[in-house]
Amino acid sequence: MKADPKAAHIAQEFIHEAPLINCRFDPKGLFVFATSEDRSIIRWELASGKKTVFSAHDSWVGDLAFSIDGATLISAGYDDMLIWWPVAAEKPEPIRKVKAHSGWIRAVAVSKDGKYVASGGNDRVVKLWNVADGAAVREFPGHERDVYSLLFHPNGQFLLSGDLKGQVHQWETATGKLARKFDAKDLHSYNGGQQVDFGGVRSISFTPDLKQIIAAGLHNASNPLGAVHEPIAIRFDWEPLKLTKKHLTDDVKQGVLWRVVVHPDGHLIGCSGGGNGGFLLFWAPDGDKPFHKFSLGNTAREMDLHPDGLRIATVHYDRKLRITRLEPKAPDKPKS
Amino acid sequence: MEHTMARRQFLGTLAAGTGAVVGGLGWFAQSAAANQLAKDQKRMLVINMHGGLSQLESWDPKPNTNTGGPFRAIPTSVPGVHISELLPYTAKQMHHLALVRGINTKNDDHGKGTYMMLTGYHQRAGIDYPQIGAVVAKSFDANDRSLPGHILITPGGAGGRSADSAYLGPKYSSVVLGNGNPPQNTALPAGLAAATAEEQQTLRRLANDRFLGRRRTAQTDAYVQSFEAAQDLMKQRDVFDLTKEPEKDHDRYGKHDFGRHCLMARRLLEKGITFVQISHSNYDTHNENFNFHFEQMGEFDKPFASLIQDLHERGLLAHTMVVVLSEFGRTPNINQYYGRDHWGKAWSVCLGGAGIARGAVFGKTNANGTEVTENQVDAGNLFHTYLRGLGLNSKATFDVGGRRVPVADPAFGPITELIA
Repeated sequence: MKADPKAAHIAQEFIHEAPLINCRFDPKGLFVFATSEDRSIIRWELASGKKTVFSAHDSWVGDLAFSIDGATLISAGYDDMLIWWPVAAEKPEPIRKVKAHSGWIRAVAVSKDGKYVASGGNDRVVKLWNVADGAAVREFPGHERDVYSLLFHPNGQFLLSGDLKGQVHQWETATGKLARKFDAKDLHSYNGGQQVDFGGVRSISFTPDLKQIIAAGLHNASNPLGAVHEPIAIRFDWEPLKLTKKHLTDDVKQGVLWRVVVHPDGHLIGCSGGGNGGFLLFWAPDGDKPFHKFSLGNTAREMDLHPDGLRIATVHYDRKLRITRLEPKAPDKPKS
Repeated sequence: MEHTMARRQFLGTLAAGTGAVVGGLGWFAQSAAANQLAKDQKRMLVINMHGGLSQLESWDPKPNTNTGGPFRAIPTSVPGVHISELLPYTAKQMHHLALVRGINTKNDDHGKGTYMMLTGYHQRAGIDYPQIGAVVAKSFDANDRSLPGHILITPGGAGGRSADSAYLGPKYSSVVLGNGNPPQNTALPAGLAAATAEEQQTLRRLANDRFLGRRRTAQTDAYVQSFEAAQDLMKQRDVFDLTKEPEKDHDRYGKHDFGRHCLMARRLLEKGITFVQISHSNYDTHNENFNFHFEQMGEFDKPFASLIQDLHERGLLAHTMVVVLSEFGRTPNINQYYGRDHWGKAWSVCLGGAGIARGAVFGKTNANGTEVTENQVDAGNLFHTYLRGLGLNSKATFDVGGRRVPVADPAFGPITELIA
């Protein structure tokens, strides 16, 4: 069924004991995983709502990724650690722990061939590991500031990493060589009065045809410390490299795009959170402004698109994970 | 007895003073102060963490609680004392430092918080109190120094003088080094030769002397003092020249503003400046508190630790009190933007150096940092402690137009457990 963003509605809610940070569906679409301010990872079975808690990190968990077969979860912690987990285990225990970085690991991604997992964070180095055994493969030094986001090109040849300064580095996976940079400097600002760097490439996404990438985050940060900034996504042509579009908003003056994904139907979906609330924003590929804005009812902090293309998970400050369906509500069952 | 002493000392000082500034070194408690000062002059360094440093991301971490946030606690050089993992270099200097973890200033306002932390008084109508820098500069003013006793290094700005000495008068107001640059207007104008400038000053002095022979007043004395102090300052301008510090120290402290300002603070204290205040900005992190504290504390940690180590190795820490303060702390509650808001109810300050019981921790908060559970103190207690640690009588008074004004708020007293 084709997704209908204008029919978006909250279809399910799951609640935890502490505010949530990030979320991902497993590749088979059976579970949704979230991370929390209480340092745990929570797994909810979508069909039953059954909740299972994964505990091993000594800090917040920044990102999640899965092996291609969907059997293994790899979590990236602010405790320097990558941890391998069995996705579906009744009582999950870590399979493997790797001290991967010095400082927060903010992003983790698995290559499309399933061989490698990449990680990056506050030590400014992107690292490559074997999914099979956790062995270190290669390092990609060169970011001037914290690495915020990662994405493998589906051909496996390249790895993309975005940083605080709004730079997306395109690395050759096999050699570690920096192939080129995408300059998304609109996503970064330095506020001289507050003396802070702010923004960053919070998310990177490919279009389904792989002809474009989209980097997202925030801009117009008039008061970084006071959360006054606006969401923005910047679209680049892959070849030749060219900035082609800035996706903006009219009426979200306090928000950041925590993540963007391109729906198989072609529209761009962004998850925005901030002083104006939490929203799913939908842009046409050539749209300057969203063609639809769906209010989520609470500040959103991350999102993921289900493999069926019809469900979006978002995590929130109010401790809830919400499942939004992109199709009309099922009619109410007639009363018997 | 203390008031009697203060009154007598005040009268003696007034007789010799200009009239524009009242009180003086006379209220200094130790009678043998003058000789001792020349040898072991006390100094003070204040680092103002502008905007409200989070105690949870610095001196009083609460990892693995509902308020603790993502950062972990690390051990320090003082057994049993842990601080935030954002301060690994500072942790190694903890045996030179002490922590006050039970501060409750009952205030969440930036301006009021800054005022009370720098004056020791809660702001009230009808009277303005001098900041700690002015009080310390006046207390240790032996009237024989040509360099200013009260220097403020700001992150930006052009410099100048601040109105922070209240009734102690302009002599003790801070000389501001805008972005760490030398004081304003202390270089000869381009094209004016030194010899010509000296001839101009000679002419000025001749005219002054002629005028003073007939119409000398306290005011004219103050003018003369100001001119002569400015001349002395111009002659010693290299005191403020950071390029004279070794390149390896620039590297060690970091080539960012705060690193440069810490190195300048070391230089100024070494040159005998009585009071130096620097600030680090900005900690008012209502939004993305953890990202910003990672960024800011990452910049603060190494130069601060280097400064403490250097002061110790150069024998200066024994004579220099160090205080890292802020206008308040930040809420234990983490808000929807991953931020922390203003919080004066249970927060921390770091002290060290001269007069401070090193390695001490005074005060305690509950498991998630929402309440002080032991040894609660106010800004007033801290102000008394600074003075007592420097060997001053914090219960003495200044005479302001015939009215005795306590140097520190008499509603409070020093934290004796922290005084070495």
